[in-house]
Amino acid sequence: MTTRIVAWAPSAALAAMLLAPYLAALRLRPATLRPHPPWRTAAWVCGATLAAAAVSPVVTALAHNDHRAHMAQHLVLGMYAPVALVAGVPLALALGSTPAHVGRRMSHVLRSRLARCATHPVTGAVLSVGALFALYLTPLYALSHAHPALGWAVLVHFLLAGYLFAWSIAGADPAPHRPAFATRLAVLVVAAGAHAYLAKTLFARATEDGGLHHGSLAEAARWMYYGGDGAEILLATLLFAAWYRQRDPVRGMAARAGVSHP
Amino acid sequence: MTAPAGVVDRRRSRWVGALIGIGVMAAVDEIVFHQMLAWHHFYDRGTPEIALLSDGLLHAAELVVLVAGIFLVADLARRSALSRVGLSSGTLLGAGAFQVFDGVVHHKVLRVHQVRYDVDLLPYDVAWILAGVLLMAAGVLVGRRGRREARIP
Repeated sequence: MTTRIVAWAPSAALAAMLLAPYLAALRLRPATLRPHPPWRTAAWVCGATLAAAAVSPVVTALAHNDHRAHMAQHLVLGMYAPVALVAGVPLALALGSTPAHVGRRMSHVLRSRLARCATHPVTGAVLSVGALFALYLTPLYALSHAHPALGWAVLVHFLLAGYLFAWSIAGADPAPHRPAFATRLAVLVVAAGAHAYLAKTLFARATEDGGLHHGSLAEAARWMYYGGDGAEILLATLLFAAWYRQRDPVRGMAARAGVSHP
Repeated sequence: MTAPAGVVDRRRSRWVGALIGIGVMAAVDEIVFHQMLAWHHFYDRGTPEIALLSDGLLHAAELVVLVAGIFLVADLARRSALSRVGLSSGTLLGAGAFQVFDGVVHHKVLRVHQVRYDVDLLPYDVAWILAGVLLMAAGVLVGRRGRREARIP
């Protein structure tokens, strides 16, 4: 019984860490503000559930023996959960529900040069897609299987880097100095292209010697390729949806006047 | 930049159509020939590195282009600026241009993959590139007819 509780601890902790502050902010939201869009809340809950499921003992046990399960875990933790969480615009919610001085502090931090560099799409792309190259083309992958602590560190890295990348590309929270739309679109295409290239390279390696011993490796590479497509389509949709909203002749004018429509 | 609301913007409609044509043709190529007929594969042994890279970038761009096309059409429609003739001729032109590009650059210059294996390639290559040329011709014709119709008071 205790072992079972311990095994589920990471999932429970992750879900609690993501859901509790968000739901608290929802409760604290002043009635004077526009209601937080319900679909955004649904997206956040969905992302938190996906992330918690990806680190559950069921998936981790499978991922240990099967490359496909490992890949599925990565796809969810590094791409799909982050995209859903980003669609939840937690920053916009936090700004509305916290006292003014906290909001000022937050925007001050976001305005800093360090934050600007850290939240640039290129940084996000290097930390998420670049890290995949480091993981799969070096002995790091084998090491992360041998050392549980390193394995966890890799998982946490992909959740955080995935979130940073998704937010830098398609985040709809208020952010000072967001790079131009074209920049974000270009980085998305290059990052997704690099991801597809890596997936095919891994597929090629797995099938080099007939692929008989590496059936699950080749299959995992294929999952990576098509899984990446899905995440790319979702990010592009979020990005263009924001573009579409701000081009609205009616709401666009309000937005340009400084009234935000998250 | 963009025409005011309510004014049909044919040029922009044509460009948006071209984008959609490129995206659709790239997707059709991938779905029909890679997945359904399996004429060429997910990966062909002997694919050079640069071809893998260009393939990945093209694939990524194709998906973004499809998403972009949907939103661009929606935006034109919202401003009542969508020209149906522009959109359809642009789509045909884009699809044809992509097909020709794929047949010449991808298959013959970069040699990412061939249309088919273990058969005489010439008829396939000719058919591939000819199909692209025909699509482009159709796009030109549709555009011309549209212009003629537009002049009729």
